[in-house]
Amino acid sequence: MNEISALDLARIQFAFTVSFHIIFPAITIGLSSFIAVLEGLWLKTRQPVYYTLCRFWSKVFAVCFAMGVVSGVVMSYQFGTNWSAFSNFAGSITGPLLAYEVLTAFFLEAGFLGIMLFGWNKVGPRAHFAATTAVALGTLISMFWILSSNSWMQTPAGFRIEDGRVIPLDWLAIVFNPSFPYRFLHMALAVFAASMLLVAATAAWHLLKNRANRPMRISLSMALACLLVVAPMQALVGDAHGLNTLKYQPAKLAAIEGLWETHQGGTPLNLFGIPDMQAETTRYALQIPHLGSLVLTHSWDGEIPGLKSFPREDRPNALITFWSFRVMVGLGGLMILLALAGAWLYRRGKLYDSRAFLRFAVAMGPAGFVALLAGWVTTEVGRQPWVVYGLLRTAHAVSPVTRQQVGISLFVFVVVYSLVFGTGIYYLLKLLRQGPQPETPQLMDTRHAAQAGRHPLQGADLSIESEQGDSHA
Amino acid sequence: MLDLALVWAAIIALGVLVYVVLDGFDLGIGILFPFFPEDEDRQVMMNSVAPVWDGNETWMVLGGAGLFAAFPVVYAAVLSALYLPLVLMLVGLILRGVAFEIRPKSRRTRPVWDLAFMLGSALATFFQGVALGAFIQGIPVLNREFAGGAFDWLSPFSLFTGMGLLATYAVLGCGWLIIKTEGELQRRMFRLMPPLTLVLLAVIGLVSLWTPLSQPAIAARWFGPALAWLWPVPLAVLACGWGILHAVKIGAEIRPYVLTLALIALGYLGFLISIWPNLIPPGISLWAAAAPESSLKFTLVGAVVILPVILAYTAWGYWVFRGKVRVHDEGYH
Repeated sequence: MNEISALDLARIQFAFTVSFHIIFPAITIGLSSFIAVLEGLWLKTRQPVYYTLCRFWSKVFAVCFAMGVVSGVVMSYQFGTNWSAFSNFAGSITGPLLAYEVLTAFFLEAGFLGIMLFGWNKVGPRAHFAATTAVALGTLISMFWILSSNSWMQTPAGFRIEDGRVIPLDWLAIVFNPSFPYRFLHMALAVFAASMLLVAATAAWHLLKNRANRPMRISLSMALACLLVVAPMQALVGDAHGLNTLKYQPAKLAAIEGLWETHQGGTPLNLFGIPDMQAETTRYALQIPHLGSLVLTHSWDGEIPGLKSFPREDRPNALITFWSFRVMVGLGGLMILLALAGAWLYRRGKLYDSRAFLRFAVAMGPAGFVALLAGWVTTEVGRQPWVVYGLLRTAHAVSPVTRQQVGISLFVFVVVYSLVFGTGIYYLLKLLRQGPQPETPQLMDTRHAAQAGRHPLQGADLSIESEQGDSHA
Repeated sequence: MLDLALVWAAIIALGVLVYVVLDGFDLGIGILFPFFPEDEDRQVMMNSVAPVWDGNETWMVLGGAGLFAAFPVVYAAVLSALYLPLVLMLVGLILRGVAFEIRPKSRRTRPVWDLAFMLGSALATFFQGVALGAFIQGIPVLNREFAGGAFDWLSPFSLFTGMGLLATYAVLGCGWLIIKTEGELQRRMFRLMPPLTLVLLAVIGLVSLWTPLSQPAIAARWFGPALAWLWPVPLAVLACGWGILHAVKIGAEIRPYVLTLALIALGYLGFLISIWPNLIPPGISLWAAAAPESSLKFTLVGAVVILPVILAYTAWGYWVFRGKVRVHDEGYH
């Protein structure tokens, strides 16, 4: 293969656009629940600090949500523009699942978003809280359907094939296909971990500058409390997901572990190594006997089929999955460490004083997103060469569009995404750096009136391009 | 026995109409931006749609997902046939969607985001129109796949429908802003409305002539025995146009927008009559394109139960944000 094909370009384009996209929902799913909790606390205690926090994290949420929506619209059209053979083959199942996502989730989020962001003075506090909760619920429902769809493509169930097309038979079996519960829980925990790490890192950054910053103290402790539940649970769910993968996608698991032979009487675990697809071996492997069986089958000498037991053309790339998996697991370990260290410091009353810990929390800010992407790379590369596992190869799923067309669109997407979402992320970071501005609902109207200047709408908030971004209480 | 394919075609047709009604005016606001260089005016215009644009755009996603679910072959063939226009439309939507959030927060770079908002709105609208024109002209399909070339969509007709949709959304945006603004800004909207309406009438007239002239099958439908039933349509178009001009003259606030919607509904009806019963002109009918019955049924349950709820809370959202938009209101900041 000397020339890059339309198929390769379409795959690069899908990987690029979906990776960019998933970052934003990962933030908004976790953040909307976090905001709903903050607003609930405000309603219950009437402490202005919760209101301040609510407004601040809502602003962060709004920027991420807009970027998530527009990058998501691209995804919902891409199945047709670039993967029309897939859409023809499996659209009878993935289409309805996507339609349900639009009906039950997208509309719910979008319909109540306006009130959540702009309705503070238009509806009563309870109605506003209901709107915020509806948005949070919408993001979770959205995750349900899209994960169901992805899981069905990984572990298809509840259908038959007729005239080269999928005919759905049992919708319950389709929606709750064998890998769905594991994948859904795994993703749910991942997005909560990722968004709470972002909150914790922001809070830690502010506390490093001013340890008395009360809103940020609350943000940090709440985020870490959530992480303390989520991170260890993720280890358990991830383990169960692994067993599920061994049962339904053994080739993926063999690739993840860089395992070539099928061992009798106990499989070792490759801690590290460099899988070589050509030579059918994992070089420089650091092996621990029996650990593979223990981890993956929960028994001393459980058998795991090696990659050599699959035809060459059915093997996923072991080099990528081996390492992306280890990046994910390593970061997951660090998350547990962060949460435990935070809990220990909190009990000793030193959570906001330990500069080393706060720096650790700042450094872990992007860890959730990196782990999330690494996990998706593992499962998506690991299910190759299939797009619908065992039924439709990725190579047969592509649209009859030319190399030039996909080349142009990929180029345009790369340029536009880099520019638009690049600046979007830049503004997001500025917003996080600026931190919450103390404001109470009672003061809102007078402040607006008093500060109505040339840019009256900016009266309540400093423009984030101003250099006074760090002012806070 | 219920004709599920027909029901789904009706749902999608309705979804597209709702999309045009709702997203038309907020795309139109971006198209009108160049006529209103004042920063404060632009912020009011943007804030008038701030709470609703996202929900409006969701109707387009519903159109796509509905096709995917109920008519996968249409989704597959039409989307790959219209590859480049759709990619450019999506790029436009990205530009304007992010501009909504960032323009008000920027200071030095605000002109750039103004440009992104204008360009994004215009790009998205123009290529929606191009896609519509190319669709009317027909899409060759073989073995359930698009069987044409990369630039089949490009024709004088599709470029014209692209321009035509720009005019259409601009009128909708102008009508919306007459409702939502007051004072000098509203006066300028009133002044802008008559010339825009005349352009829209000209577009409707030209498309109505051009389509049957270039598509014999459509000509046969309109000028065949059905003619007797169809002659009120152009009369209704003229009546709506006159109604808009008159409403502007007497300073009615809501009527110009409502009558514009009526104009667009008439045009849309004409479009549906022209392509019926095909889902991919010229040769694939909605029954031939339908998904398996179990897919249609499963999704229909959701649509029937949930769509009324969606309409209800969407209406509530519009009700909450009813009334004039003022620069001091809470909006993007």
